[in-house]
Amino acid sequence: MGLLEFIKKIEPDKKKSPLLHTAYDAFFTFAYAPNSVTKSGTHIKDGMDLKRLMVTVVIAMQVCYLFGTYNIGHQHFVAAGEYLGFIEGFHLKLAHGLIKLLPIFVVTHVVGLGIEFYFAAKKGHAVEEGFLVSGALIPLIMPPDIPLWILAFSVAFAVIIGKEAFGGTGMNIWNIALLSRVFVFFAYPLTIAGDQVWISGFEKIADGAAVNYGWWHTGFFNSIFETLGLTTFDTTSTVINGYSGATPLALAYEGGWEKVTATFSESQMLWGAIPGSIGETSKVLIALGALILIITRVASWRIMAGMIVGLIGTTWILNALGSTPFMTVTWTQHLMMGSFLFAMAFMATDPVTASTTNTGKWIYGILIGFIGLIIRVMNPAYPEGWMLAILFLNTFAPTIDYFVIESNIKKRLSRA
Amino acid sequence: MNKLILTFGLALVANFASAQSNSNASNLLFFSVAAVCAVLVIWAMFGLASNLMKIEALKNGIDPESSNIGLFPTLSDFISPKRPKYAKNGSFHHFTKGHDINLAGKPTPKLESLHATRYAIKPTDFHGMSPIPKVEPEVGQDVKAGDVLFYDKKRPEVKYCAPVSGEIVEVKRGEKRSISEVIILADKEVSFKKVQVPDLNAERSTLVQFMAENGLWPLINERPFDVVPELDSVPVNIFISTFDTAPLAPDNNLVVHGKEDEFQKGLDVLTKLTSGKVHLGLDGRGTAPSLAFSEADGVEKHWFSGPHPAGNVGVHIHHVSPIKGQDKVWTLTVQNVITIGKMFLTGEFHAERVIALTGAELSDPKYVQTYQGASVADLLKGNVVGENNRIISGDVLSGQQINEDGFISFNADQVTVVKEGNDYELFGWLLPLAPRPSVSGTIPSYGTDTEFEANTNTHGEKRAFVVSGQYEDLLPMDIYPQHLMKAIITGNIERMEGLGITELTEEDVALCEFACTSKNPLQSMLRDGLNNLKEQL
Repeated sequence: MGLLEFIKKIEPDKKKSPLLHTAYDAFFTFAYAPNSVTKSGTHIKDGMDLKRLMVTVVIAMQVCYLFGTYNIGHQHFVAAGEYLGFIEGFHLKLAHGLIKLLPIFVVTHVVGLGIEFYFAAKKGHAVEEGFLVSGALIPLIMPPDIPLWILAFSVAFAVIIGKEAFGGTGMNIWNIALLSRVFVFFAYPLTIAGDQVWISGFEKIADGAAVNYGWWHTGFFNSIFETLGLTTFDTTSTVINGYSGATPLALAYEGGWEKVTATFSESQMLWGAIPGSIGETSKVLIALGALILIITRVASWRIMAGMIVGLIGTTWILNALGSTPFMTVTWTQHLMMGSFLFAMAFMATDPVTASTTNTGKWIYGILIGFIGLIIRVMNPAYPEGWMLAILFLNTFAPTIDYFVIESNIKKRLSRA
Repeated sequence: MNKLILTFGLALVANFASAQSNSNASNLLFFSVAAVCAVLVIWAMFGLASNLMKIEALKNGIDPESSNIGLFPTLSDFISPKRPKYAKNGSFHHFTKGHDINLAGKPTPKLESLHATRYAIKPTDFHGMSPIPKVEPEVGQDVKAGDVLFYDKKRPEVKYCAPVSGEIVEVKRGEKRSISEVIILADKEVSFKKVQVPDLNAERSTLVQFMAENGLWPLINERPFDVVPELDSVPVNIFISTFDTAPLAPDNNLVVHGKEDEFQKGLDVLTKLTSGKVHLGLDGRGTAPSLAFSEADGVEKHWFSGPHPAGNVGVHIHHVSPIKGQDKVWTLTVQNVITIGKMFLTGEFHAERVIALTGAELSDPKYVQTYQGASVADLLKGNVVGENNRIISGDVLSGQQINEDGFISFNADQVTVVKEGNDYELFGWLLPLAPRPSVSGTIPSYGTDTEFEANTNTHGEKRAFVVSGQYEDLLPMDIYPQHLMKAIITGNIERMEGLGITELTEEDVALCEFACTSKNPLQSMLRDGLNNLKEQL
C-alpha cells in the first residue's frame, strides 16, 4: 500500500504536462489494473482485457525470439566456415545474436512507443495497447543487419501513417508490422532483398569478405569470454569460398526442390537453422506459438486453416501445370520454406485487419494462401509473397465482410 | 518417465547436431526419433498442465473428478445432448453458443414470507414514459391494492396501480422535477380493491379496457422497443419464457408452485389478446419443469437447452418466429402472467412476487414472498455481509443498481448483492490471482462447477473494437452483433434494421457486453440505437 500511495502522489498533472501524464498513465496501468467499477450495463465484467490479449500473443512469440537470436549467430559462423554444428560455439553465437537483436528491439520500441505516447497525449486518451504486439513482431521480420535508421523510419511510417492517421488501435486497415516491412521493401530494397542481407556481420557476402566486428564484439564480449576461458570472436575470419547467402526460397526459384535439398537438409529447414528474417525460420517453434494462440482462443483458427487450404489447393494446381522447377514443389515442401507459417500464425490472424465474420475469415484465409503462393512461385523479382498477399487482403477484408453481411441482411428482409 | 524423455532428448540433440554437418544421415530414423520425442514431450507438458489445474482446483475447493479440468474437451462435450424424456410435445432446440456464468450465492430453495414496510412503483422503469406522470392520489391518502397510482398524460387510459394497500408517504422527485418513485407505507394486512371481471369471451376491446384500467396492462412488454403496448396494438405472437438462465436467476418452478391455476388462467386471457398464438419457452436442460408449464393448455410449447442466454425470451422468439417488418410481439414474465390470472379469477389485483435474494455477499441467500416494488432495505435486513457492496435489482448482467434506500424494479424477480471492486490490483491483468469469471481461454476456469465471487471491477479500460467473433460466439441468434453496434454508432438506420436490431433487447447482448475484451457498453449502445430507430418510425 505504501508503494501505491507514493506512485499516486507523483502523478503529473494532466493539463500542465500531458505527455508526462500519458507516459505515467501508461506505466501505471501496466503495473496496476485500474480500480474503475462498472457504471452502466453489466455489473460484472470478464477478467480478460486487451492488455492480456496482447501479452498472450507476445508470449507465444517468445520461443521464436530465443531461437531467432541464436540463429543469427549460427548463420554468421556457418558463413565463416567455423562452428558448423548447431551447438558449437554456443556462447559466441548467442552473444552475436544479442548484439544484433537488442538494438533492433530497443529502436523499434522506443520509436513506436514514443510516437504512440505523443499521439495519446495530443488526443487526451490513454495509451492503447496495440503496439505491444506490433513492436514484438517487427524485430522478427527484419533481416539481422538492417541499418537502425532505416528501421526507425519504417516503424515511424507504420505507426504514424498506418495507425494513428486512421484513429489508433482498432482502426487501422493494414497490419502495422507488415507496413513497416513493406516500407523497407519499397524504399530501401537492397537492405531486405537478395542474397546479401540474411547473414549478418560481414562487409559483404562474397568469397573472402572480412568480418565486421564492433566494440561490443571485440571489447565487451571478448573480455568476458577471455576471463571465462572460452573461445573469442576472431577478427580475421572471412566468408568461406563458395558460400552464397541464399535462402531456401531463392534456391527453389532457381532449381526446384532438388537445388534446395542440395544445400539444406529438411531437418534444418524444419527446425530453422537457415538464413532468413530473425524470427521466421523455425517452423516447429512457430507452430508451437500458433498452437498456444489457438488453444487460448486468442487467434482465429479459421484464418489459419483457410490459409493452409489455400496453399494446398494452389500448390496442386501449380504442380499440375509444372512449367518451371519451382512449380513442381509440393505443399509440404512449401510449408518448410519461407515465412508462410509465421505469416499464418501472427500476421494474418491480427483481428483488427482481418475479416470479422466467420465466413469472411475462411474466404480471407483461402485468398491469402492462393495469392501468396502465386506471388512466391511466379514472381521473378522476389521469392516470397506473404507480406504482399496479406496487405492486399487487408485492403479487401471489409469488402468480404460487406458481402457476408449483405447476405444476412437480404435473408432477414426477405422474411418480412 | 523423465529418464525416457531425457534419453530421447539427448538422442534428438545428437541426431540434430549430426544432421547439421552432413545430410547423408538416415533421415527416417532421425524423423521418427524426433516425432516420438516431440509427442512424448508434448504429452508430458499436457499431463503436467492438467495436474497443475487439478491442484488449483483443489485449492479453490472444487472436486477435480466432477467436471472436466483438463486442457482439452472430453468426448462427452462433443455429443450434443438428446431431447430429454420429459420434453414430450413441442419443438426442441439445442444451443451451443453462449456461456453460463457460475456465481457464488445461489439461493437455497426455501421460501419465506417477507412483508416489507414500504413499497414503491418507479415510473423510470418504463421506456417511453413521460418524465412527469400524473399521480392521482395525494400524499397522505390511503390506497387499496389495485387503486390507481399514476398514469402517463399522453396515454391516460393505461393506469399504473398500487401493489399493496397503505398510505402514500412520498412522491420522490429526480432531475428537473421528474418523478422517480411513488412510495407507499404498507398496511400490515393488505386489502384489495374488488372489481367486476369481464367474461373471457367478451370483445377484445372490452378485455383490453378492463386490463388497462386495473393495472394489468403495464405487466405486458411489447417488442421491439420494450414499451407498454398501445391499447389498439395486436401482437402476432405472445412469448413467455418459463426459465431464466441469467447468473443466480430464480427457479420458476418454485415460483409457480401453488399458483398453477392462476398461471393457466393468465395464459387463457393472453390467448384472447393475440392474433397468433401464445408460446411457452420450456427448460430442456435436464430437470423436468413444473407441470404448470409442461402441461399448460392452449399454448405452443418449445423446449430449449444450452448455456445462457438460452432462457432469454428474445432467443426463443428468434428461433420460433422471428420479428419481421413492423410486427409487434409481446413478452411477459411468469409472475406477471400469474398476476393477470389471479385478477381474472378473483377480481383483485394481487401483485405478490417471489423474489430471490442472491449473491456472495448475503449470509443467507433465499427466496422471499413479498409484493412488487418492495424496499430493498427491508428485504436485505440482517442478511448482508461486509460494507463495500453493490445492490442490484435483477441479475448482474442487465439489472439496475439501487441504493440501500431504494426499491426493486417493476419486473424484477431477484436481488443480487456483489462486492464493489474499486481497488487496484498489482499486475491484475497479467496474473489474475483471485479467480474471476471469464469466457476467455487465457484465464483458467476449473471445470464447470466452480462458483466465482465476482466483483464490479471493470478489469480493463474501454477501447475500440479489436477482437472479432467474440459476440457471435455468445449470442445463439443469426445476427452479427459487432456490425450492428457499428451501424448504431454511425447512425445508419437502414443497416440497423437490416442487421436485426428489432430482434434484440438489452438482456440478449448483456453476455456479449460481459465478455467484451474492449469493455464496450453494448447495452446502452443498443438502447441508443433502438431509441434512434423509434424516433424515425
